[in-house]
Amino acid sequence: MTHFSALSLLKNALTGQKNWQAQWPDSQPKSEYDVVIVGAGGHGLGAAHYLAKEHGITNVAVIDKGWLGGGNTGRNTTIIRSNYLYDESAKLYDHAVDLWEGLSQDLNYNVMFSRRGVLMLAHNVHDVQSFQRHIHSNRLNGVDNRWLTPQEAKEFCPPLNISPNARYPVMGGALQMRAGTARHDAVAWGYARSASQRGVDIIQNCPVTAIRRGPDGSVEGVETAKGFIRAKKVAVSAAGHTSVVMDSAGVRMPLESYPLQALVSEPIKPIFPCVVMSNTVHAYISQSDKGELVIGSGTDQYTSYSQRGGLPLIEHTVAAICEIFPIFNRMRMLRKWGGIVDVTPDRSPILGTTPVPGLYVNCGWGTGGFKATPGAAHTLAWTIAKGTPHDINAPFTLDRFRTGRLIDEAAAAAVAH
Amino acid sequence: MTTFRVPGRGRVLHNRPVSFTFDGMTYQGLEGDTVASALIANGVQLMGRSFKYHRPRGPMAAGSEEPNALIGTRRGKGRFEPNTRATVQEIWNGLETNSQNKYPSLKFDVGAINDRAYMLFSAGFYYKTFMWPRSFWDKYYEPFIRAAAGLGVSPSEPDPDNYASRYLHTDVLIIGAGPAGLASARAAATAGLRVTLVDENSEPGGTLLSEPQASLDGTPAWDWLSAELDALTDLDVRIMTRTTAIGYYHQNMIALCQKLTDHQEKPAEGAPRERMWRVRAKQVILAQGALEKPLVFDGNDRPGVMLAGSAQTYLNRYGVRVGNKAVIVTSHDSAWYAAFDLASAGTQIEAIVDTRPTPNADLIKEAAARGITVLPGHTATGTSGRLRIKSVRVNKVENGKVLNARNISCDSLLICGGWTPTLHLFSHTKGSLKWDDESQTFLPDRITEECQIAGAGRGLWGIASALNDGAVMGAAAAKALGKSATTQTVTVANDRPGTGESHTELPTDLDPGKARAFVDYQNDVTAKDLRLAVREGMRSIEHVKRYTTNGMATDQGKMSNINGLNIAADALGKKQPEVGLTTFRPPYTPTSFGAFAGYHKGEHFEVTRKTPIDSWAEENGAVFEPVSLWRRAWYFPKDGEDMDAAVRRECRETRKSLGMFDASTLGKIEVVGPDAVEFMNRMYTNPWTKLAPGRTRYGLLLGDDGFIRDDGVIGRLSDDRFHITTTTGGAARVLNMMEDYLQTEWPDLKVWLTSTTEQWSTIALNGPNARNLIEPFVEGLDISDAAFPHMSIAECTFAGFPARLFRVSFTGELGFEINVPARHGRALWEKLFDAGQKYDICPYGTETMHVLRAEKGFIIVGQDTDGTVTPYDAGAGWAIGKNKPDFVGMRALNRPDLTAEGRKQLVGLLTEDGTSKLEEGAQIVLDPNQPIPMKMVGHVTSSYHSDAAGRPIALALVEGGHGKTGDTVYIPMPDRTIKATITGTTFYDPEGARLKL
Ligand SMILES: Cc1cc2nc3c(=O)[nH]c(=O)nc-3n(C[C@H](O)[C@H](O)[C@H](O)COP(=O)(O)OP(=O)(O)OC[C@H]3O[C@@H](n4cnc5c(N)ncnc54)[C@H](O)[C@@H]3O)c2cc1C
Repeated sequence: MTHFSALSLLKNALTGQKNWQAQWPDSQPKSEYDVVIVGAGGHGLGAAHYLAKEHGITNVAVIDKGWLGGGNTGRNTTIIRSNYLYDESAKLYDHAVDLWEGLSQDLNYNVMFSRRGVLMLAHNVHDVQSFQRHIHSNRLNGVDNRWLTPQEAKEFCPPLNISPNARYPVMGGALQMRAGTARHDAVAWGYARSASQRGVDIIQNCPVTAIRRGPDGSVEGVETAKGFIRAKKVAVSAAGHTSVVMDSAGVRMPLESYPLQALVSEPIKPIFPCVVMSNTVHAYISQSDKGELVIGSGTDQYTSYSQRGGLPLIEHTVAAICEIFPIFNRMRMLRKWGGIVDVTPDRSPILGTTPVPGLYVNCGWGTGGFKATPGAAHTLAWTIAKGTPHDINAPFTLDRFRTGRLIDEAAAAAVAH
Repeated sequence: MTTFRVPGRGRVLHNRPVSFTFDGMTYQGLEGDTVASALIANGVQLMGRSFKYHRPRGPMAAGSEEPNALIGTRRGKGRFEPNTRATVQEIWNGLETNSQNKYPSLKFDVGAINDRAYMLFSAGFYYKTFMWPRSFWDKYYEPFIRAAAGLGVSPSEPDPDNYASRYLHTDVLIIGAGPAGLASARAAATAGLRVTLVDENSEPGGTLLSEPQASLDGTPAWDWLSAELDALTDLDVRIMTRTTAIGYYHQNMIALCQKLTDHQEKPAEGAPRERMWRVRAKQVILAQGALEKPLVFDGNDRPGVMLAGSAQTYLNRYGVRVGNKAVIVTSHDSAWYAAFDLASAGTQIEAIVDTRPTPNADLIKEAAARGITVLPGHTATGTSGRLRIKSVRVNKVENGKVLNARNISCDSLLICGGWTPTLHLFSHTKGSLKWDDESQTFLPDRITEECQIAGAGRGLWGIASALNDGAVMGAAAAKALGKSATTQTVTVANDRPGTGESHTELPTDLDPGKARAFVDYQNDVTAKDLRLAVREGMRSIEHVKRYTTNGMATDQGKMSNINGLNIAADALGKKQPEVGLTTFRPPYTPTSFGAFAGYHKGEHFEVTRKTPIDSWAEENGAVFEPVSLWRRAWYFPKDGEDMDAAVRRECRETRKSLGMFDASTLGKIEVVGPDAVEFMNRMYTNPWTKLAPGRTRYGLLLGDDGFIRDDGVIGRLSDDRFHITTTTGGAARVLNMMEDYLQTEWPDLKVWLTSTTEQWSTIALNGPNARNLIEPFVEGLDISDAAFPHMSIAECTFAGFPARLFRVSFTGELGFEINVPARHGRALWEKLFDAGQKYDICPYGTETMHVLRAEKGFIIVGQDTDGTVTPYDAGAGWAIGKNKPDFVGMRALNRPDLTAEGRKQLVGLLTEDGTSKLEEGAQIVLDPNQPIPMKMVGHVTSSYHSDAAGRPIALALVEGGHGKTGDTVYIPMPDRTIKATITGTTFYDPEGARLKL
């Protein structure tokens, strides 16, 4: 496979771009693998990459019902940050950011990780208290995060409206400079290319219909549209559809699936240097390298598997953006879409082993799992290879919903009193 | 001057000149022109630059599918928008427009250097490079990529315009007012249905506007059209123009965006610019017609290259010839008619080049009669001309071989690769499509909503068949609604239905690897890029799209999707349906943010809830804070006081004599019914059975996870009636939660819940003089300590108003809360304030409330708890009914982690130096000298300066805190580490003596 570089690009430019090879082959399933991963999103493909690269396990299939990267990996607003409150989360997301920083080189694929800074706005006293708590905790955890006054926030993000007369005036913000965005498709493709280069089969358009368990209860393989595939280890990384797949193995997951919507504007010249999030008004925004304003909303209010999403939430989101950035009112929405996100009761993921021998799971990322992609995939590969939790993913067990040992980042963001 | 204008032709008003500017030059157009038609009339074709290669471009189309002619439009201060399609923006006197994505000028643009190095900028090139050295990404590569981004520039000022929104319920919504839509409307309306007919154009008529030669029932098309519109108006059909159906949602909900002022010279003062309609239609008829496809060959993008059907529209609708010397290159009959119409209007047609070896004989005959050269079985293999096309290179194709080339000079090249039904809205419904081999297009297949598709939208070409099909579908919609429609048949003369063939790239004798054959014009995606993507393993059309960006430009793929699919399918050696079509996503055309936001702008972004006493607070200088949707008085500064001073004074005066506080925002829920007690027992942790009417109790509400969700004082008014209070922010959530349980878990309980938050106005009076103040106002109730002890409730008359009086205290002082009907709130407040003067009554705000409660160790849910705190953690285990069989969260409280050692528990904290005030949110450690990451054992939840305690006080959640009283902990701040001692949570009057006055 051609190594990607400026030189190879130049060479191919001179020869009419005719010599590039397929970045991944169109694999058909074998009858048996050491590991089968259900779901070719960033998380599933990433786990395959690390299994092959770091653990030498290459007899692996990643199976997707559609085309790789077509789930939430290819639909998200790509915000990456690690300024989470709890030690467990901070460790996991910061591990991911460490990996993001070298990912393009690791994959020989430019995933365009852009450390442009993520600014989270505080609009009331409660937000201020909550962000201060995060900042103090992050500081003692060694995670980058700092407080900006409204004036500093405006300097950092000039389109911001900091008028004290705004409906929700900006009272300041928490800035993580090391945070930013990445190119979502490139993440899926880069992992796919690297994994398949190392021998992993990526099988697309092949729904997994059930997980089969043997008489002793342990995993035997997966039933798919292309027949039964044997594997002693199966990892499910199917985002919004994880509960459906896990159900077939007799494991009931504490997940609810909601539509989450996003949109882009028509492309404009660079105007928006960073990422801004506002939880109070429910909107977040950045500008893509193509020039589109990329805007995300909160989840729809009802559970659904439909990727359509409703109009009211989008209206609210756009109104919120125009409220914080009034200069964008005459911009036009180019396109909007939805994905199905899998939400746990404590808004933290479920990552690692399950009660079923040989069955592993990586899900529950809700609205925010893109940022974790390399970190989660990396530690899950470790767990699959060794059969035991990795230090970093150990707290994110399924069992915590039985014991009550929750990692409640949503509660940490709490609710206005 | 306007040499390309055809006198008397088109629907523009030739006696109404309009002047506007483009890139600073003033141009004359006519009323009814778009910017594009007016510029073309002035001989201007160069209107923009493409995204990646900055290639000079002119309009390809005459409608909303335009990919190239994007301009900035301005109407004075604050009213600027980028990326407007010149082909839909109507002109008015004074309109200012500008070209985009060029530097220094449209004619000479340095960005066009990219065009020279195009081989480097192949699809996905950026994934393959810019990786070394790693540090260069932040500093050089990314800024370089970002600087190249975008087309137009962002607006830079807030938008002064208003936007409106409305709901509409209609029997039949018809989208598209061409022949099919008009006929549907007629049929449905004659059946007596309420019909709404919308079109994105400035006037209804669709194809009829571009085909005046047709004659319907013996009447010229335009006369027929105006008579038909009159007839529809008489049938009460609501016809909306400049109205785009942008999205099709569940259960036949369609969003329409109506443009109201962008075409007007002088919009009425304050008139909304656009209006978003949310239409719920019983039946929808999609009559959106079809879009013309370009042909794909080297140089198919130079200014002067245009879709043939669009050239026909410019001529017939706008009275503009697109050039003097035109060549037609087509694979479809329709372009021949454009040639004939243009020839009649005086344009020299140099040749009609048809890719088909044997085009329709009648067409050939007519061309011959007009003396037009016809080149059947030919291909186009190149063009020349930088800022405007100069010639086209064509070759004969025989047995698959491309023969010698000849160049034909021209100033316009009109191309046509056939037509594609417009299925965007249909796709929003997730209706499925089927591939039609004969017409080489997708057609609608399985329909998922109450919807019909009529006319060209389902592959029926020509005016007659559209009219006929429209009538049939209109009748079908009527039938579905139980009505019957009379359908009329219209006979059409001079109709121009046509057939054609479909292509990937046109065959060429040159190196296809060097061809600049554009598929997505705006994003500069060429056929070669698509093939490269396939070569690189992109096998799904979604991958091809994302890798090349084909179809992702502001025309939303209207020009490029089908050509892209054909080429990708060819490269893969598969049939189109196996490769699939990318999902069309709303909105149908780019739509202003302002229209989505509608009225939700500025102070109306979200309502600001205000209490009846809010106006008094404002008049008396209160500073406010937002709390959920409310604004609440935060503190009442007296001359020159800062927040700190004001709060200290308010605390002092309240504890000394008397304070008054507007507590109206507290949530209130009335629980009524024979099972009210049972319901309360199940919802709240506390026991309610033995609470006597006339008494109140502090209630604690958990989630089913066992963590505190809400709290508040609850009064029992009678056996079957409770008055609940909730936190301000929790009111709606608590009611939802209760209704959820009531409706899904306990439907057998006879209980009714009513939110009464806004019905009552609540005034809290606290301080030793509280009873002295209110005693004279109370009628028919003994409020002495003996008769009306702490935690009592009674209904009474208060200052002449019907009232519910609570004796409660959130401050530790003698306290009363008076609830009166909201309309009396301010009057009562003023009476109490006046009467309170003799006790130096002090109005206080939320900050003082917070300090006073913290001095007593009363928690604020959401501040001292965060959704991970159990009643035991908060030191409120006493609020749990020990003998109750069940309550929400009881089971969860027994989970292992909730009973484990070392949980974070609420404690008091006093800084050792007695002067440092801790920061809320600051983290607590046991060993301040450990390295980072530190082991944190808790955080500060509340922290205030307390005059009553004579020092700063704080509340904190600390691991195992209840067992650590007296221990020293550390709070490491960026600049220093603060030492503090763990204490109990009560800092003032621990015996509660002051309550018992
Ligand atoms: C609109 C939106 C915005 C978002 N914004 C952000 C953001 O800004 N930052 C952030 O960090 N996160 C964000 N997220 C969340 C993020 O996208 C996801 O958490 C993350 O991408 C999940 O990756 P994944 O690989 O687990 O899932 P996916 O990419 O969804 O992959 C799961 C795959 O499983 C496949 N699958 C499902 N069922 C089966 C089956 N039975 N058989 C075979 N295959 C199956 C699916 O086809 C899919 O390809 C956003 C999500 C959405 C929808």
